[in-house]
Amino acid sequence: MKVERREVEHVALLARLKLAEKEEQLFTGQLNAILDYMEKLNELDTSAVEPTFHVVSHCNTMRQDEVKESLPQEASLGNAPDKAEGCFRVPKII
Amino acid sequence: MRRIRPRVASASPKSFKPVGMKEVYRLTIHELHQRLRRKEVSSREVTDALLGRIRDVDPQIKAYLIVAKQEAMEQAREADNRIATGNIAALTGIPLAIKDNMCTQGITTTCASKILENFIPPYDATVVKQIKEQGGIILGKTNLDEFAMGSSTENSRFMVTRNPWDLGAIPGGSSGGSAAAVAADACIAALGSDTGGSIRQPAACCGVVGMKPTYGRISRYGLVAFGSSLDQIGPITKDVEDCAIMLNVIAGPDPLDSTSRDLPIPDFRKALVKDIKGWVVGVPKEFFVEGMDPEVEEQVGAAIRTLEGLGATIREITLPHTAYAVATYYIICTAEASSNLARYDGVKYGFRASGSKELMEMYQETRSQGFGQEVKRRIMLGTYVLSSGYYDAYYRKAAQVRTLIKADFEEAFQKCDVIITPTAPTPAFRLGEKVQDPLQMYLSDIFTISVNLAGVPALSIPCGFSKKGLPIGLQIIGRACEEEKIIQTAYTFEQNTDYHTKRPPLSQ
Repeated sequence: MKVERREVEHVALLARLKLAEKEEQLFTGQLNAILDYMEKLNELDTSAVEPTFHVVSHCNTMRQDEVKESLPQEASLGNAPDKAEGCFRVPKII
Repeated sequence: MRRIRPRVASASPKSFKPVGMKEVYRLTIHELHQRLRRKEVSSREVTDALLGRIRDVDPQIKAYLIVAKQEAMEQAREADNRIATGNIAALTGIPLAIKDNMCTQGITTTCASKILENFIPPYDATVVKQIKEQGGIILGKTNLDEFAMGSSTENSRFMVTRNPWDLGAIPGGSSGGSAAAVAADACIAALGSDTGGSIRQPAACCGVVGMKPTYGRISRYGLVAFGSSLDQIGPITKDVEDCAIMLNVIAGPDPLDSTSRDLPIPDFRKALVKDIKGWVVGVPKEFFVEGMDPEVEEQVGAAIRTLEGLGATIREITLPHTAYAVATYYIICTAEASSNLARYDGVKYGFRASGSKELMEMYQETRSQGFGQEVKRRIMLGTYVLSSGYYDAYYRKAAQVRTLIKADFEEAFQKCDVIITPTAPTPAFRLGEKVQDPLQMYLSDIFTISVNLAGVPALSIPCGFSKKGLPIGLQIIGRACEEEKIIQTAYTFEQNTDYHTKRPPLSQ
């Protein structure tokens, strides 16, 4: 067993998820099965292999710093679940 | 409403079949373009016929999440005006479907997720803009696995799409709605997206043509991100010529997507040549292993012999790290997904759980209620493989193996022009068959995912049927930026076989 229930809880917190009791149990089993399968990669010695994070090796695509039209405020707020006075409204932060 | 005659599968080529006004939905882009240009039919008539077809068959198939009837008819009127002035572009007046993870201004874009259920994008994805600029008509948005995570379209939060060839079978996924709509003649062509096979596998399951172009060939601006280093948009069409036409429209660099590439854009139609004499076709031995579905093996074997008969040289090649592709892929794509999906926080757009007094509680409630189980599972896995203490063991390790997989293809293409494999290990499986076992579901992508890891282009084309009448797909893989060779191989195969002329027998 690679992942204990306690660790699943911790990962859920990192991912900003709240799992139901049953879901947590299910995921613990499934994550362990999947991670076991991933063990396969350890058959390969990759100590001398560079990682590929991206197939195209762009380095910082730049553009001119020009003023361009952007979405108007009304459109930007159009899908907001809660808004007030031209701002997104959220529960208390501090 | 008009009655449309029930249709039975027929082997006779479409070009010899008289297609009346009421059945224009059967046509391809290139056939319809000719009729529109000659003013034999108007775009309004075509769009109306397609909307009628959707009314008739979509209650069974459930390919569409939303049909934008009014907008489509409005676009058709505009197209007719353009045609009247002699101004007809490649897609003018042609009704198309878009997978519901590409933004369409003013039309909901849900990703088949509760978290985006009511999201109305304030802008068009670049591909949607390109289609509109070419006069294409957006019929509606098609179903998918939530956030494109799945291989059967069963992970949609809203409904299950069925395979037009067998209503008890999956249409494949995640672009299952687009593939089923094309196969059922409920659109002329469609767009899908492919992170690990999500265009090619459903195309194979539904007996249509689907292509994932080279990474960077098509702008991803406005495509809802899943695995950003793997995602690519591509066409799902009734034949290879339509695939080339769609590619001509959507290929090209985009200042709004810094990962799109400034490659020369060929006229992909020039690759519609019926000749592959002297070409070397590579067949990777790792893809033909014991335990393979015998019907898939038989049909793909027959396709190999067909290509050989057309003058190609068949050569066995090796892609030695094939067995590691699924594990590599599911580490990389979940890591990228967990990061991409962090944006769904219930603040700026989308669903927000009600009743939370604090920010943290709002995040957790919103995301737990808004995401479905497979999405949560992948976010969990991705968060785990990126978390402190595991990053090197999983994520970095997978990125290293990705280097080896990419090198396999580079090495193989020293010895051949294209590579062919089955698209999927089995014909479409039964609805419900794999939903309880995520790992089994992941393994249905076994033949398609290494292509995304390597960033190379590949296409699926129908190459036969199982005894139960389910389509089987042949995958043709090319070197990066060599879509033309894939198109030429596919076109040569298609024009010497009749699989592309067959359509599912749908009752009404």
